[in-house]
Amino acid sequence: MNMISTLPAAGAALAESGPQTEPDAAVSVRHLSRSFGGPAILDDLSFSIAPGEFVALLGRSGSGKSTLLRTLAGLDPAPAETLSVPPARAVVFQEPRLLPWKRVWKNVALGLRIPDAKARALQALAEVELSHRVEAWPLTLSGGEAQRAALARALVREPKLLLLDEPFASLDALTRLRMQALVGRLWQTHKPAVLLVTHDVDEALLLADRVLVLIEGKIGIDLRVPLDRPRHHADPGFSLLRTKLLASLGVQD
Amino acid sequence: MSGIALQGSAPGIPGAVSFAGKKPGRSWHARLRRAYVPLGILALWQAGSALGWIPTQPMPPPSTIAAAFLQLAVTGQLADNILVSLGRVAVGLGIGVAVGTLLALASGLSRLGEDAIDASVQMLRTLPHLALIPLMIMWFGIGETPKITLIALGSTFPIYLNLFSGIRGADRKLREAAGTLGLSPFETILNVVLPAALPSFLVGLRQAFGIAWITLVVAEQINASSGIGYLVMNARDFLRTDIIFVGLAIYALLGLLTDQSVRLLEHYLLAWRPSYLNQEPGR
Repeated sequence: MNMISTLPAAGAALAESGPQTEPDAAVSVRHLSRSFGGPAILDDLSFSIAPGEFVALLGRSGSGKSTLLRTLAGLDPAPAETLSVPPARAVVFQEPRLLPWKRVWKNVALGLRIPDAKARALQALAEVELSHRVEAWPLTLSGGEAQRAALARALVREPKLLLLDEPFASLDALTRLRMQALVGRLWQTHKPAVLLVTHDVDEALLLADRVLVLIEGKIGIDLRVPLDRPRHHADPGFSLLRTKLLASLGVQD
Repeated sequence: MSGIALQGSAPGIPGAVSFAGKKPGRSWHARLRRAYVPLGILALWQAGSALGWIPTQPMPPPSTIAAAFLQLAVTGQLADNILVSLGRVAVGLGIGVAVGTLLALASGLSRLGEDAIDASVQMLRTLPHLALIPLMIMWFGIGETPKITLIALGSTFPIYLNLFSGIRGADRKLREAAGTLGLSPFETILNVVLPAALPSFLVGLRQAFGIAWITLVVAEQINASSGIGYLVMNARDFLRTDIIFVGLAIYALLGLLTDQSVRLLEHYLLAWRPSYLNQEPGR
């Protein structure tokens, strides 16, 4: 955004062709490397996410997906020159991470510095279809409800970048499908840039504009998903992309 | 019987039917069932005394103890001495809880504080505080100060140890999440760390109460001119076993009452916990 703008058109063209940065991007990562004592987890990694773009990040376990997300969330500090992210960010983790001693709506309103925080929290809870549980204690929520509350807590901050760290991984299959649809709807309403870390190829293809695959600390694959929404598993384009992505993850479909 | 009566009168009060139908009725019966054995023992004791099987001088029957209790209550001695003892525990415990809390906050929330405080406290706590009585008497004489100091000292450690471990045990993931919500470090301590440490603090409080009572008993027997301990020691000099039993019963009762009050506090402060949640109506 406020970066030295050289050639926007060239930048856009480059983004099509591979892991390059883009001047107008919501997120841009430039030559980011991370290691924790051993070999590099992220190795000279570069990519960008456009404003309002939904990007899914795939990779085998231990490939550094979560490390990258945590870096973008500011949980693991990184050198400033390697990273530009919007200040308005929100994270949904694999576990809901609600404070058990605060009622659901207070969890959502936590840290909101606006006068009508409660009204906004209730509105966000209504959006995730949790109006009936606003006064509940978090430990009484089901897994899906708790994760919806966590989603409301993220959305109420009106993030320009929404970071989702395998948010559906611990849900049962039916709840997961409903949550995926909900996230898709909310994204279309609010249009934040999204980075969804997942190990589920179908989930990535259902939701994302673009799928990145992290291989050996680099963006191994940067694939646009040109399918119309709502998407269906039965779509021939869908299964074609699916096979391709699975192959990149070392699985023969 | 009372359960049925309640249900009969319930229709006027919304929600009263389910309330009367569930918990209180069941726990009323359960409580009564629990009382059978102690009441039976009391009855046997009384009967044994009446039949001459239990010598009444060392072991007066419950009726004599009750009479002694009544007499002490009527003359006002009982209330006066209970108040003195309660006052000692309240002041000593107040100081102990305050000091323990401050030390635990300082050492739990900062590495510097931990280095400065924790090792010293851990060393001191291995010393049984009752062993300090001779020293206390030499330092502070035989007035209120040594008693209160001992109670404060004894109750500081359980508060410190439990609160410290509670603070350190606060879920790192929740703290991290609070950070992503834009909470300042101070707000994170207030909203995440301290509530997470509250259950441990209350465990410490319960232990502190227990230690405070034990310390009180010991301190009051060494040197006292008032309080339950004084009453008991005085009774010993006059061979009034019945009054000694009254004193014991009072100690037990006070201990039970304070324990119950901490439980009540837990019930209110930890209402969000699953163990209390199933007692919440609705859902």
